[in-house]
Amino acid sequence: MRMTFMVVRRLLHAFLLILAVLVLNFLLIHLAPGDPADVIAGEMGGATEEMLADIRKNYGLDKPVYVQLGVYLGRALQGDLGQSFFYNAPVLELVAGRAGATILLVTTALMFAIIVGTLLGVLASHKPKGIVSGLVTLLSVVGYSAPIFWTGMMLVILFAWVYPIFPIANMYDITKGGGFFSRAIDILYHLVLPAITLGIVYLAQYARLTRASMLEILGSDYIRTARAKGVSEIKVYGHHALRNAILPVVTIAGLQFGSIISGAVLVETVFSWPGLGTLAFDAILARDYPTILGILFFSSVLVIVANLITDFVYRLVDPRIRKEG
Amino acid sequence: MAAVDNSIQIVQSQSPLREALRAFRQSWAGMLGILILILVILFTFAGPFFYPVDPFEIVWAPLTPPGAAEQAPLGTDYLGRDILAGLIHGGSATLYVGLAAGFITITIGILIGAFAGFYRGMVDELLMRVTEFFQVLPALLFAMVLVTLFSPTIYVIALAIGIVSWPTTARLTRAEFLRIRNLEYVNAARSIGARNQRIIWRVILPNALAPLIVAATLTIGIAILFEAGLSFLGLGDPNVFSWGLMIGAGREYILDGWWVVTLPGFMIFLTVLGFSLVGDGLNDAFNPKLRER
Repeated sequence: MRMTFMVVRRLLHAFLLILAVLVLNFLLIHLAPGDPADVIAGEMGGATEEMLADIRKNYGLDKPVYVQLGVYLGRALQGDLGQSFFYNAPVLELVAGRAGATILLVTTALMFAIIVGTLLGVLASHKPKGIVSGLVTLLSVVGYSAPIFWTGMMLVILFAWVYPIFPIANMYDITKGGGFFSRAIDILYHLVLPAITLGIVYLAQYARLTRASMLEILGSDYIRTARAKGVSEIKVYGHHALRNAILPVVTIAGLQFGSIISGAVLVETVFSWPGLGTLAFDAILARDYPTILGILFFSSVLVIVANLITDFVYRLVDPRIRKEG
Repeated sequence: MAAVDNSIQIVQSQSPLREALRAFRQSWAGMLGILILILVILFTFAGPFFYPVDPFEIVWAPLTPPGAAEQAPLGTDYLGRDILAGLIHGGSATLYVGLAAGFITITIGILIGAFAGFYRGMVDELLMRVTEFFQVLPALLFAMVLVTLFSPTIYVIALAIGIVSWPTTARLTRAEFLRIRNLEYVNAARSIGARNQRIIWRVILPNALAPLIVAATLTIGIAILFEAGLSFLGLGDPNVFSWGLMIGAGREYILDGWWVVTLPGFMIFLTVLGFSLVGDGLNDAFNPKLRER
């Protein structure tokens, strides 16, 4: 009962956040310089008088602002995010068509960062002054300071000239045929460099975080007890310590989802990965406002959903919170 | 008389600011960061006097590699513009936008965090909802939308970066205010009749400054990365030469000339590295607990 109440409350909260993003989009359309109808049509001044009249009628732009907001929200909640005049397609269709690639890139990068980062952190905590520790610190300082698109381009240069083993652009090779399976392998192959570029920044952060919390936990009483009982070192690290050390990583990874999507926009542009980022880049070049706003909306929804998932995962990992409800 | 002098000396040597400064001087990260920043600033602000070449001017054949022509020691870009001149002139815009955006971020963050942490209750609830909402929006995309809808001038860019990145500072300020607001000296100030505004800005804020200064240093670095990202996506100010603009213009040509994007990117990296090392150093200096490790 308490559990269902919690779930309902979280979902309601998420829904309100989604509404708020829509209100923000509405405000942006109206705050932007120029006629809102022009903004909705995209291409400043390029729309025909007929088209503008159509938009004014459909969005109720001659009515008071609160009516306009109502119309806008109503349309958006029914899945109508407007029409891209540049691509000549509904924005929802465009965005939904590209979202899969971005989600694939972001989740792969995140999994890579969490798994490798945690492992490195555990290794580093084993020898707090050793080589791995130094490497983790160096990697996190460098990863934090280097522009992510620059790191990506350095990898492109490296893998185009020095070691041409990974593809440096696109999501798959269109000249290659084959069935579903070989296409999937091809996509994974193309995913390697973008995912590493995006993941490496977070990998270093998670490694540092894991190292710090492992060091703290390894000094605690229950670890000493486990060791005194004769539990093997592998079990002490893997079973007793890591389970607690991973909690902060889960929290931070969930909080960082928005920043990872921001990073994905840049990484996609570098590697011509056909996701929301490249769509945003093209839409901005074309001044295609409905598409840009649609991408902002959709990626915010992704963040909201990711936060919900983190919340539930956290409850699974940490039994103390589960009991509190 | 001598005894009085002595006691004064002891008090001085225990002043937290001096202590922190001394600890900062001992932190190699902080000193290295300062060194890097001094070099970057000298390069950008003294450079034009020693190397007066217009970064927009075409000086040699396009995509000349570094060292191949005397006229362009670090090579030329796809139009034949001098890369070295670009590196020298591109720094000031990047630094200005970074500093301005960092300042806006910190100001909004401190205002919101201070009011939320001090007043608690409804004010806190409302401000934290707003903060949470801003954290849901992917920052770079939001900044892209703002710059596209308005115009890509350095003022709009700095403001946009500030608008999308204040929540972290706000949360930090709020946490500090929640911690400090019930300490004895705050109660003492309240009991002698100090007004709320005075308590917020004169009593609590100065005592919350240490972590905020660290955050501000890091924020400038992040703002520089944001500016670079926006320029890379073609949303930089086209009339102002910046490192990000060089990378954005050169990105199509990375396979024809590695130097076109590598060099300006390295300058951005160095600058941000400088700020984050200084931040690390300050963090160690302000945090006596960490100092012992």
